[in-house]
Amino acid sequence: MYRYDEFDERFVRERVAQFRGQVERRLEGSLTEDEFKPLRLKNGLYLQLHAYMLRIAVPYGTLNSRQLRQLAHIAETYDKGYGHFTTRQNLQFNWPKLKDVPDILDLLADVEMHCIQTSGNCIRNVTADQFAGVAKDEVEDPRPTAELLRQWSSLHPEFVWLPRKFKIAVTGAEHDRAAIKVHDIGLKLKRNAAGEVGYEVIVGGGLGRTPMIGKVVRDFLPKEELLAYLEAIMRVYNSEGRRDNKYKARVKILVHETGEEEFRARVEEEYAKLDGPTINAPEEEVERIAAYFAPPAYEDLAEDSATLDGARASDPALDRFVEQNGFAHKQPGYIALTIALKEIGAVPGDMSADQMRAFADIAEKYSFDEFRVTHSQNLVLPHVKKDDLPAVYAALKEAGLASANAGLITDIIACPGLDYCALATAKSIPIAQDIAKTFADPDRQKAIGDLPIKISGCINACGHHHVGAIGILGLEKGGRENYQITIGGDATEHAALGERLGPGIDAGDVPGAIEAVVETYLAEKQGSESFIETVRRTGAEPFKAGFTAFIEARAAAQSEAAE
Amino acid sequence: MTVITKKGEIADAYVRADTLETAFEADGIPLIPASLVDEYVVAKPGTDFGLSVPGSMPIEDLVPYLAQASLIAIEFPGFSDGRGFSLARRVKREGFAGRLRASGPLIADQFTDALQCGFDEVELPETMTNRQPVQQWMEAKDTITDFYQSGYGEGLSILEKRRAARKGARP
Repeated sequence: MYRYDEFDERFVRERVAQFRGQVERRLEGSLTEDEFKPLRLKNGLYLQLHAYMLRIAVPYGTLNSRQLRQLAHIAETYDKGYGHFTTRQNLQFNWPKLKDVPDILDLLADVEMHCIQTSGNCIRNVTADQFAGVAKDEVEDPRPTAELLRQWSSLHPEFVWLPRKFKIAVTGAEHDRAAIKVHDIGLKLKRNAAGEVGYEVIVGGGLGRTPMIGKVVRDFLPKEELLAYLEAIMRVYNSEGRRDNKYKARVKILVHETGEEEFRARVEEEYAKLDGPTINAPEEEVERIAAYFAPPAYEDLAEDSATLDGARASDPALDRFVEQNGFAHKQPGYIALTIALKEIGAVPGDMSADQMRAFADIAEKYSFDEFRVTHSQNLVLPHVKKDDLPAVYAALKEAGLASANAGLITDIIACPGLDYCALATAKSIPIAQDIAKTFADPDRQKAIGDLPIKISGCINACGHHHVGAIGILGLEKGGRENYQITIGGDATEHAALGERLGPGIDAGDVPGAIEAVVETYLAEKQGSESFIETVRRTGAEPFKAGFTAFIEARAAAQSEAAE
Repeated sequence: MTVITKKGEIADAYVRADTLETAFEADGIPLIPASLVDEYVVAKPGTDFGLSVPGSMPIEDLVPYLAQASLIAIEFPGFSDGRGFSLARRVKREGFAGRLRASGPLIADQFTDALQCGFDEVELPETMTNRQPVQQWMEAKDTITDFYQSGYGEGLSILEKRRAARKGARP
């Protein structure tokens, strides 16, 4: 993975000193609260319902054991002993004190980490495929691109005061695990007919209160032209994006209101005027960054491992774990493992300091000292030898990290919701816990198969409910929390927005409603179709019928109870 | 109003004029809004003036005056409205050789951004300099030594410095 050089090191240290100065200038009155707010947000510091929240950047979701141990130390010293992995592959601490934040930033800088631009109206932490460098369907590793963008976007002089936040995702694989079509900019590494590598550039996707699928602005951008082309997009957006209404300020609204053709024309016009060579990264620099992401020193192994096969035959729990959480590795004899931070009844994405230390040891010993954070609030051990898997599983189990439910109905994404967030209109974590408990039986989960549920506690959609195969949106209606259910959402290369099944329901009815949706699926399912494949074939109608029947039965039961 | 350059506070040679009459009588070089510029140029051909424009102005509308005005002041309605930074880049790209001024309630923390985008100076309302005196602006611009973005500011970017260092290291 990438390592800081003297420039990166000094940059991050100076940013910490700058923030320390900003806090001091706020306290002595040089900065008003209105002026300080965007400055603290651009350094990841939010004021939440009960306390400050500090969001730490995990660039493209990649971490090593030393960093995780430091996060464990921070969690114990400055927080309540745990951290929370987010849907942007970042980590949040929910209880830091303002006076401690500069010290926390120093501790982060000690392990080559920072909070730069994890919030605010600027280019946010760049995300990437969690199986980068692992997946067999990869044209090129997206991490060098993501690291180049991390550097390029950090304290960009022109683009730190945008109309609204701006999110970029990169994938290098055919199967899109980075949700590039629902980002402000999505980049897909691809080859043209001549075999050269470049990018498909997608602009104007997004979730939030106006969800949209991004539009292809450039079908093929030569790789070396990336930064200049992004500068053209950003300049058009910075100049023309709406600033009169924060809910219409994202680039997706500009693309929508301007029209796809006209927006493309404006970007290309700006691009034609740019002096590309003065902006683009030098080729040696791109190569220097890429070298950090060269494959680790794999051993020459056979594809199959007799050790693993034997252990799976004698331990059904291990067998189920490998089947569900394993991901095929391009290197023979290796496997990638998803570590679902989704124990039944736990808070999705939370990890205790003890778990962090145990997991750091595992990553160091068994995965070339590297792991990933996924946008599903899970972790990935990218390079595990199949021969080591029984030992890895035992260690994970001991740390409470061996949940064999990756991708299943209990592997739920949930925003912090009313338990933490100042914007939330409803709880989301308890809803996730209730659903997970309802479907706790492993055999039942297995029979249902892949079914990503995503829960947001308000229309800002941090839980990505629009692109959940089942999406749940919590609102407030007449003083009560009210939940809308959608189905058919998809964040992959088949990107689609979910469709509502009917009126909103009470929190207590959500698990039952999800059961009704699942029953419809199991009845409609043909062959080995997954939930989302069935929805794509049948449309939402049969599910609406099942949902309506559930609501009517509930109403009848309630009125009977009242009599 | 206080005008600050990267070297410190300077005397303002320009005087804001909201009407043609005040522009003609200005005790200094008049700084006129875009709405008056056509009339002014006809009335006083060949004389020195500064032009003050909103950050939202399209560059095409500004280009005809770039060869005539000795100063362009780009107005920032609030410190968090970043349009002026992009307009500054476009003005410089058009070859504007005069002084480029950012005008409005910017904060010291944005001084480096402004300089990197091509501004020569910042014109601040007194309410701002009361809270954030010139000293803070001088300190703010030196907080971060190097930047990643090529093509901004005068020095080499971090990416360019790395390349230069590697070339120098080669025998």
